[in-house]
Amino acid sequence: MSSRSAISPSRRLRIERVPSPSRSATAVVSALSFVLALLCGGIILFLAGENPIQIYGSMFSGALGDWNGVAETLVKTTPLLLAGLGVAVAFRMQLWNIGAEGQLYLGAIFATGVALFLIPGAPGWVMVPIIVVASLLGGGLWGLIPGALRAWFGASEIITSLMLNYVAILFSEYLVHGPWRDPQAFGFPGTPSLPASAWLPNWGATRVHLGLFFGLIAALVLWVMLRRTRWGYEIGVMGENPRAALYAGMPTKRTIVLVMALSGALAGLAGMSEVAGIGHQLQRNLSPGYGYAAIIVAWLARLHPLGAVLVAFLLAALTVGGDQIQMSLGLPAAIAPMLQGTILFFLLGGDVLTRYRITRVPGT
Amino acid sequence: MEHIRAPNSLELGPGMKDRHPITHHPSPITPPSHHPVTPSPAVAMRGISKRFGSVVANDRVDFEASWGEVHALVGENGAGKSTLMSILAGLYRPDSGEVEIDGAPARLRSPRDAIARGIGMVYQHFMLVEPFTVTENVVLGEQRSGVDLELGRVERELAGLSEKYGLGIDPRARIWQLSVGEQQRVEILRLLYLGARILVFDEPTAVLTPQEARSLLQTLRGMAAQGFSVVFISHKLDEVLEVADRISVLRRGEIVATTRPAETDRRTLARLMVGRELAEVVEQPASEPHEPVAQGDAVLEVRGLYALGEKGLPALRGIDLDVRTGETLGIAGVAGNGQRELAETVTGLRSVTDGSLRIDGKELTNRPAAEIARAGVAHIPEDRLATGLIGGMDLSENAILRGYARPPLCSGPFLASKAVASFTDRLIADHDVKTPGRWAKLRTLSGGNQQKLLLGRELAGEPRLIVAVHPTRGVDVGATEAIHQALRDQRARGAAILLISEDLDELLALSDRIVVLFDGRVMGAMPASGADPEEIGLLMAGIGNRESEVGTRV
Repeated sequence: MSSRSAISPSRRLRIERVPSPSRSATAVVSALSFVLALLCGGIILFLAGENPIQIYGSMFSGALGDWNGVAETLVKTTPLLLAGLGVAVAFRMQLWNIGAEGQLYLGAIFATGVALFLIPGAPGWVMVPIIVVASLLGGGLWGLIPGALRAWFGASEIITSLMLNYVAILFSEYLVHGPWRDPQAFGFPGTPSLPASAWLPNWGATRVHLGLFFGLIAALVLWVMLRRTRWGYEIGVMGENPRAALYAGMPTKRTIVLVMALSGALAGLAGMSEVAGIGHQLQRNLSPGYGYAAIIVAWLARLHPLGAVLVAFLLAALTVGGDQIQMSLGLPAAIAPMLQGTILFFLLGGDVLTRYRITRVPGT
Repeated sequence: MEHIRAPNSLELGPGMKDRHPITHHPSPITPPSHHPVTPSPAVAMRGISKRFGSVVANDRVDFEASWGEVHALVGENGAGKSTLMSILAGLYRPDSGEVEIDGAPARLRSPRDAIARGIGMVYQHFMLVEPFTVTENVVLGEQRSGVDLELGRVERELAGLSEKYGLGIDPRARIWQLSVGEQQRVEILRLLYLGARILVFDEPTAVLTPQEARSLLQTLRGMAAQGFSVVFISHKLDEVLEVADRISVLRRGEIVATTRPAETDRRTLARLMVGRELAEVVEQPASEPHEPVAQGDAVLEVRGLYALGEKGLPALRGIDLDVRTGETLGIAGVAGNGQRELAETVTGLRSVTDGSLRIDGKELTNRPAAEIARAGVAHIPEDRLATGLIGGMDLSENAILRGYARPPLCSGPFLASKAVASFTDRLIADHDVKTPGRWAKLRTLSGGNQQKLLLGRELAGEPRLIVAVHPTRGVDVGATEAIHQALRDQRARGAAILLISEDLDELLALSDRIVVLFDGRVMGAMPASGADPEEIGLLMAGIGNRESEVGTRV
């Protein structure tokens, strides 16, 4: 019985949910979306008087054409992956944490503060674990606040986590302009350089650092946790059917707080890895929006931790490729984001098509 | 038939007030007796049949309602009342039969068609946008072109209509500020504004307090006096007898009688609603007398239990009952008389406001659901997909919902995948769940197979008490028999069973004793063998010597 069609029989087309999208359909649609995006972007480039083939070629070779490009892509993969995992685990429980950006900043602030002021003289094998824990605590605290507000007061975590982003970013601005500013930087906003013991080791001569390893470990641990543990099962049930969780006597409120804290902790780790792995100081504009891109990573990965590895890598490649054409071909600055936007638009649109289908309703 | 024209998008434009059928066309408001010849009835439905799958909801129903009358439609749950009225409101299309409005054939293919013919329906769940004002909500329902919403004009018109029909609604009030009764009157106001002159109400008093209900019934009488045709669906025979001009009784999809309050009484109506078939049912093989099971101590003891319903009104008002080992206690009653709340309080999903709850002598009032489940309480909930199962997860994830936190299904923080797999496979085999495998998503299963899996899961721990709510609703015949057999086996094993059902046949076939709930109280209790279905029907309708029953433990 389709009561929906009975209510609006005059509508000809209807979008309905596909019960369970098949894997092959998902793969085909994703590939097709990507091709369509390239075509569409190509048309725009052509109209703008550019050579699409040259531009695409340059993007590809910039991001994946040589080891340097791959390394740069892996550098960008790291924060996207960590923050994306954090978002994914919250989304699994239908907790819409869009505060990864702020949680990332808090992780960076905690790690920087500990390394600069608490234990500046510690050796690397003490320093690195401690700043990792500090960043987990910082990000976790920033995730815990909206989680607790949601659990006990029913406040929408969408709003609170978003607003806390501004608090975190502005707080970091205050620190780098004010009390934590490097006195020897001639007024440049930024903290002094971290002690070398806090620098994450690099892979050979590249900028790829230990943070990537953290990300891969985190993906693996989350995958096992969600699939194989009681806690992961509870998160799944609460996400799919909160009433069934109640029926089974699961501790819903506690889990909301813990999952939000875990989500924030992973984003905080991303912040630490940017500070200790790349900049070696806390500076302005630490993140160009990794925390928001993380939402796209989580969504395109269908909230799957291992999927997030792949998606974060592709999104990073898109970013690096975009930077590349801007620099090497001297294209207008708007071209790269336009292409990135087109590709994301088609991928997300295609994703909707695998989850829903459009059917014709017979009748009037 | 000019006067039945209602405003639609073509007619809209300046001078709306002039074309408003209620203010402009007094003719239909004239009572039928003023017509020189027999007037056409407001509604004439002829030979209406409607089936949903194998269920016949309406079977060649003839139904008429006149201008200026209140016509009540009564019947048990599932008798087909709502289906019939949904056909009139354009929500469903009948499989066969025809509808005439004021003597002219009407094709009602959508609610919009229906409102264009002057038919408006007030549902139990109001379709109002809470943060909006009354006026804004009314404008929402209008189909019109143009940018200017003319809120000022609509507001004045609504104020006029509210005044004229004594609805007492301020068009500028916001919906969330209004009580349920007032929101219902907003729905009426909206239908009047849209030009409805045949007003259909689906159990309008079910959501109201007694005071609000009385005021609504007065409003209905007033509308009829103004010439409107009012049809309302109800379970409550008292109010039907009080307010209706005519009463039609639906049973199993057929109209079995149309009568007048002066010519009937509650007892006759209840007998008509419940019908003679029930008496035969008792002799059906399915209800073969149970082999007697030695009944032991009370497993569930409920004393003076009070709880609130969804609307925050008292839903249970002092329930006392016991269920012993090896006993099935059947709870009969018309939907909404406290059954749902009883099941939820006993299983810990709803808080108890007064009274106590013991299981095996252990005080468990207001304890968490998990603790009550650990005490040996299984729960087959009313709406399996909303409460007891997870449609998007696979069978094994559904199978372990109860036991995932205890060995052998887990070890430490990890789920024991081998144990989970074998447990699921055993459930599937033991309860004959038809599925491609334990990895299949639950929602791909049929309702009967979903229910068999749920039942198997709930029974797996050899529970002391089983709370089963409508265990066979929406389930095919084969699965129904399997579920009944499983419940009989549990009883034979010595479990205590609290069975809540609206299906009297089912209750009589499975229960040792039957308790009838009405309005959150125990109306009566009796042994199931030799129980008189007619008497149960009367108790369900709230007719009985309540005084002698209240306070007696059952």
